Amino acid sequence: MAQVTLRQLVKKYDDVPAVRGINLDIPDKEFVVLVGPSGCGKTTTLRMIAGVEDITDGEVLIGGDLVNDLPPKDRDIAMVFQNYALYPHMTAFENMSFGLRLKRVAREEIERRVRSAAEILDIVKLLDRKPKQLSGGQRQRVAMGRAIVRDPKVFLFDEPLSNLDAKLRVQMRIEIKKVHKKVRTTTIYVTHDQVEAMTLADRVVVMNGGLIEQVGAPNDLYHAPATKFVASFIGSPAMNFLQCQLDETAGALRIKLGEQLSLPVPPERTGRYKPHVGKARLVFGLRPEHIIEQRPHLEPGQHPFEVKLEVIEPMGLETLVYFVVGGTEVCGRVAPNAVGRDGERMKLVADMNHMHLLDDASGAVL
Amino acid sequence: MRSMKRDRRRALYISYFFLVLFAVFFLTPPLYMLLTSLKSSAEIAAADNPWFVHSPTLENYTALLGSQQYLTFFRNSAVVSVIVVALSMLISVPAAFALSRMKFWGSATLAMGVFLTYLIPETLLFIPLFKIFAFINETFDIQLMNNWWVLIIVYPTLTVPFCTWIMIGYFASIPKELDEAALIDGASYFQILTQIFIPVALPGIIAATIFAFTVSWADFLYPMAFTTSADQLVLPAGIVTTLIKGDVYAWGQIMTACLLGALPPLLIYAFLMDYYIAGLTAGATKG
Amino acid sequence: MTSIAPGVRIAARRPGSLRRLAQRRSVIAFLMTLPLIVLIGALVVYPALYSINLAMLNKSLEHFVGFGNFQFLFTRETFWMVVKQSCIFAISAVIFKALVGFCVAHFVHNVPARKQRKWRGMLLVPWVIPPAISTLGWFWLFDPSYSAFNWIFRQVGLSNVNWLGDPYWARFSVILVNVWYGAPFFLIMYLAALKSVPEQLYEAAAIDGANWWQTIWYVTLPMMRNIISITVLFSLIVTFANFDIVRILTAGGPIDQTHIFATWAFLQSIGGGDLALGASVSLFMFPILAIAAYFILRDISRRGNQA
Repeated sequence: MAQVTLRQLVKKYDDVPAVRGINLDIPDKEFVVLVGPSGCGKTTTLRMIAGVEDITDGEVLIGGDLVNDLPPKDRDIAMVFQNYALYPHMTAFENMSFGLRLKRVAREEIERRVRSAAEILDIVKLLDRKPKQLSGGQRQRVAMGRAIVRDPKVFLFDEPLSNLDAKLRVQMRIEIKKVHKKVRTTTIYVTHDQVEAMTLADRVVVMNGGLIEQVGAPNDLYHAPATKFVASFIGSPAMNFLQCQLDETAGALRIKLGEQLSLPVPPERTGRYKPHVGKARLVFGLRPEHIIEQRPHLEPGQHPFEVKLEVIEPMGLETLVYFVVGGTEVCGRVAPNAVGRDGERMKLVADMNHMHLLDDASGAVL
Repeated sequence: MRSMKRDRRRALYISYFFLVLFAVFFLTPPLYMLLTSLKSSAEIAAADNPWFVHSPTLENYTALLGSQQYLTFFRNSAVVSVIVVALSMLISVPAAFALSRMKFWGSATLAMGVFLTYLIPETLLFIPLFKIFAFINETFDIQLMNNWWVLIIVYPTLTVPFCTWIMIGYFASIPKELDEAALIDGASYFQILTQIFIPVALPGIIAATIFAFTVSWADFLYPMAFTTSADQLVLPAGIVTTLIKGDVYAWGQIMTACLLGALPPLLIYAFLMDYYIAGLTAGATKG
Repeated sequence: MTSIAPGVRIAARRPGSLRRLAQRRSVIAFLMTLPLIVLIGALVVYPALYSINLAMLNKSLEHFVGFGNFQFLFTRETFWMVVKQSCIFAISAVIFKALVGFCVAHFVHNVPARKQRKWRGMLLVPWVIPPAISTLGWFWLFDPSYSAFNWIFRQVGLSNVNWLGDPYWARFSVILVNVWYGAPFFLIMYLAALKSVPEQLYEAAAIDGANWWQTIWYVTLPMMRNIISITVLFSLIVTFANFDIVRILTAGGPIDQTHIFATWAFLQSIGGGDLALGASVSLFMFPILAIAAYFILRDISRRGNQA
């Protein structure tokens, strides 16, 4: 059983806290992604689990055993580094078998395990090459092979795709997901790229400033973010945030944005938002994909409005439109043939079923 | 406006001119040594055009290579240098590994201390060492004076600091993640050093070895101070003290002796020039 | 450590072994540096301190005479000549070595890259040959009766030069040989440093209209400040403490006009049997070296912080 548990995990460099108390339960076989901006503590947390970073306070348990005092080699983990960390003077085969050779495992056993890992990753033909004879993607596969060969309880990935170009990154993402399906080992994956997090994870852990902001399945984080940070971090382009006022007229709630725009709140949410009517520092959040072009038939909750476009960005599949409401720039995503030129006025539709109301003082989503 | 191409070409011609000039300057002494070594004593005494060999002869070479004394010098130098090189690497490589990778209390001061030992040159140390060795001679009856063994003890002070510095530079350029991957793979610190660091930093090790050899081969002061009898001398000191007898200088032989004595470092240089130069520059650029 | 919930097994090691592990690493590291520490302690630091003691004994090393040796030296004219000569010798040799190294590095740098290796190979030869041996070669070239240089001079109508017998020519020769031996070191260092200056800086300077010496002054030199400081420091120390060249060329003569600290100390101690006096002479090198090192190290670290 290879579940991983973190209890009140803390890391301080001298007196500066990098990780301020992380609690996390990762069940066996789950693919968990730690995501967040630079400096949020995700890599430090990973390294504490691996054992290459000392733990200031708290506990790390792997498979039910407390591993705080164990050196990395005894924790039964394997790590894939951002820079691959392949031994430059050894061939791919020797790189992958180094750990086993140190343990004096029999040669036939080593051969068997390396070959089966190489087959999973499709690098059998590369086994005799040295790292400098391999491309970036190939090196990454060898690094993964080294991890697989160890047959550990937990895989740890430290931003493994950051050094690859965009196209390769997409390919390798798929590879990693395939490998996880085949090998079914608990995996903890660190990245700053929320696209990687959303596509790879069973569960996503969003971290910020040394703390966990929210843990959940990718869809949950997308549709039901708990804090403003999570709402702005997940999704690209980012969610639009506008200062707003919540008014009540004859039992129905409306969101007032600046002087020009007033949008109706869907009736299902009246109960949820009623206590916050008239509160100061409320923020209205709506993702760009929920601001769309005018349609002949509108669903309930979809409300039309008209704005003057500042900038349009044709992306091929869709066009991004930017306009200003109440002094804030807002982004919408419309069909490419629906837009004219910037400077024009355009009719757009806001899908209020997907709106979010946030308290700017606490950062919480209401 | 002059074109850049013409400027470049002018700079190139000027450069070649001066390069030839300096090449002549730098290569004249060894060349002249070679010329002299091929002359007989008679021809040297005749004082004709010294820049030309009228009747080349190998008599100097045969005389030296047959001279037991000269061969002893060569042998002493070779033995001392090889042993000192091995000793130096055994001391400096682990020390460099510990200083560059394993942060421990006092490691920074120690690294600075290694650098600072160069402020204490051999010309300051040879006198107290002389006394110390004499003292050990009298008290413990260990023959340290006038014995080439003593050089094996003192030469490492000349080689180890710089070799350590070179190795620290090379080790520091190995990415830290390699250590961590090895730790996860289950390697002990000793295994990390021998199975990963040494192979990866091999160019640095070669450069340090070359440096240690060259310094050991060339040292002059310590042998002059500590060894006196002919069978204990090493090459540079040996040539100077024995082949210059009173007023009679057998220049042909002396120059031949010099040339042959300079041969090992020159040969190493010819074959391993890039490592040689890398070792020199590594000390400054990486350190 | 927070209290452990019941039912959680603690894997393998005893608690507190973390501290033991950390200690282990420190211990291993210390053991690895121990030979180095012993070597430097016993054969560098201890003798250096002992030399201070030696300098305060009398000639037979039986009585303590305090600063007697130093007072004696201060009265000797030869001593002050040695001080002056050592300083002139070291400073001028280092300046010329650096200049020659710097200029030749530029020349080599201008040559197409493939040919540079050949030139570098030829120009480094002086540094490869053991200095004592190459100095013997120079000694032969300077020989009063058979000097090959004088032969050339006579051919073109100039008179003989008494390279080693005339006091001023002797000093010149000593410096010349030192520059010959040491310039290649500077050449290699500066060549490596030149290569690390980004080409774009030169292109920008060319567009700005700088001529060749302006480019050197405003672009090249500032980029190379650090390496220049380091090489000059090293060379000052090594040149100041030089023994081989003077010993072989002139043995300090004529009339002690080329003696430097090392050779004079050697003469007093090994030659004259007065170890104490020799030690006092040698010790004079140290303060000057320390001052030079202090200034240049301070310069480097200050610039390192700025960078």
